[in-house]
Amino acid sequence: MGALYKKEFKAYFNSMIGWVVIAFLLFVAGIFVNAVNLNGKYPGFEVSLGSMGIVLMFVVPILTMRSLAEERATKTDQLLFSLPMSVTQMVLAKYFAMLTVFAIPIGVMALYPLFLLLYGSVNLITAYSALFGYFLLGASLIAIGLFVSSLTESIVISAVVTFGAILLCNLMSGLANMVPRTSIASFIAFTVVIFVIGYLIYSMTKNYWLAFFCGCVAEAVLLGIYIFNRSVLAGSFSNVMKWLSLFDRMNTFIYSRMFDITSVIYYISVAALFVFFTTQSVDRRRWN
Amino acid sequence: MIQVRNLTKKYGQNTVVKGLTFTIEKGRIYGFLGPNGAGKTTTLNMLTGCLAPTEGEIIINGHDIFEEPEEAKRAIGYLPEQPPLYLDMTPYEYLCFVAEAKGVERGEIDDAVRKVMEETHIIDMGGRLIRNLSKGYRQRVGIAQAMLGNPDLIILDEPTVGLDPKQIIEIRDLISKLGENHTVLLSSHILAEVSAICDYVMIISKGRLVAADTLENIRRSQVKENSVSITVRAPQAKVEELLDKIDGIVKFDMTAVPGVDEVWDVVIDVDEGIDIRERLFTEFASAGLPLRKLSSAEPSLEEVFLKLTSEDEAAGEHERDMAFEEDADTETDKTAEAPAYANYEEEGGDEEGEDDYYVPMFSKTDSDENDDEEGDDE
Repeated sequence: MGALYKKEFKAYFNSMIGWVVIAFLLFVAGIFVNAVNLNGKYPGFEVSLGSMGIVLMFVVPILTMRSLAEERATKTDQLLFSLPMSVTQMVLAKYFAMLTVFAIPIGVMALYPLFLLLYGSVNLITAYSALFGYFLLGASLIAIGLFVSSLTESIVISAVVTFGAILLCNLMSGLANMVPRTSIASFIAFTVVIFVIGYLIYSMTKNYWLAFFCGCVAEAVLLGIYIFNRSVLAGSFSNVMKWLSLFDRMNTFIYSRMFDITSVIYYISVAALFVFFTTQSVDRRRWN
Repeated sequence: MIQVRNLTKKYGQNTVVKGLTFTIEKGRIYGFLGPNGAGKTTTLNMLTGCLAPTEGEIIINGHDIFEEPEEAKRAIGYLPEQPPLYLDMTPYEYLCFVAEAKGVERGEIDDAVRKVMEETHIIDMGGRLIRNLSKGYRQRVGIAQAMLGNPDLIILDEPTVGLDPKQIIEIRDLISKLGENHTVLLSSHILAEVSAICDYVMIISKGRLVAADTLENIRRSQVKENSVSITVRAPQAKVEELLDKIDGIVKFDMTAVPGVDEVWDVVIDVDEGIDIRERLFTEFASAGLPLRKLSSAEPSLEEVFLKLTSEDEAAGEHERDMAFEEDADTETDKTAEAPAYANYEEEGGDEEGEDDYYVPMFSKTDSDENDDEEGDDE
């Protein structure tokens, strides 16, 4: 695993990708810090970071697009499969390599609050907690990108789909406000979600009855809630969407200036879940 | 060292490998021979853990490849059909990565990499990007990669495909040298290659093992002992008269040897189980007709191969390949795929059959040319 991690990490700097990602992030960070903190004379470093969420939409697809798609296209995945290394180790090595590349500009950005200290007082605790939140947001988006990359052989498709997925994450809270807030609308929306999850369970396990059983139980619970306590459902779907929104959670770090443990756990869970999905998706190709 | 039992792989409805069972022992070069699409690559991918079998088990040095993959894979070096190279690395960097991933001790990586680079003669290319290497050198880097970590078994999937004749000879020499210290399993659809390198051959066709032995034994087992060919100097009528007298002769064909008077090549088919060679000798000798040559007719390796692969074709025809029969209507498919062998064999390998076999290819280009000409006329 260590060998693959090192190889992957080096590969990012043998090609342009690593440099481009780092340069772009630092360039944009420089612009915002200049505008908000230096020119705007505002002491909160976290506010500059708040504007940088959108940059991840461009940076993460570039970082993740090649990771697994290219291995598949050039058939180098056969080498990795034949090496004494499990699929989980292989996926983790790739994930941590990307995370390390992403951590480099974050490390440089960690110096900015210290520079700002030269000109006045800065709340270092909120600044670093926001930077940590930003890193975790990136980490979970990278996991999503890694998963998308495992689904296709084409680097372009991998990049475009990842971009779309992150765009959707970004728009999630806006979309949540557009969803009808009546209880019947929530009921229908949840039913659709249950179908989708049921299908995913089926496609992963190939076990029709397990998927059917899980779907039925979930639907029964939902129906029970709808019949006995309808008011709970009103607006619940849009609340769930907001709760799930990766980008919204950044705002607690930035504007509420809170180190939100729930969000930290949420980001780590999303990352772990998508890394797990990736191992499943890579492993499944060997069985088909 | 490798036991394979009832190995089966299905892709949806299509069974690509059907119940393969074989054992590989230490210290030999094994050839895995079969026509295109016979399931060679699929089998090798399963042996190396790149693909999961639908059924059956693979035990490598006592470890099941799916239950204890790491131990099992340590015993194997694999070069897939397309060498799995990272183009933006140099061979040296690449081999160091593979060595480390295979668990070579940190201090020994450099020595191990230099050793395999010397053995595969790529030491001069160590600092170039793999992207800039020729196909022959890439193949060597691939083989070097398979040799790292000193695995007991090295598996090479069609290692000489796409190389020029000089490179092919060099790679073959390299493989023969590998065979001195390792067990090698080599897949190929080129008969000459397998007969030149391998000690032991497994022939597969349509996912089934149709023969597994040394090449000489396979050929011997297929020799038609009931066919004898002679060359004799005598008038035609006398030869016919003499042969008619001998019991057990089913039929004979006479062809005049061109340029010499009254010398005939005769191929004699005999009832099974009868050896008439000595009888022929005494009969012709006592009649005062000189025999110039007498031998049992041995099929060539090619004929044996075609026979084995097309026999199975006929056997498996009903189970699968319904789609194939449909394909057979479109002429172009006939040329590339296995049924072509069947046609070839059914015709007994004579001239006509061979022409049939190539017709679709030529007729296609002919018609293309005609189209062009018509275009010009207009």
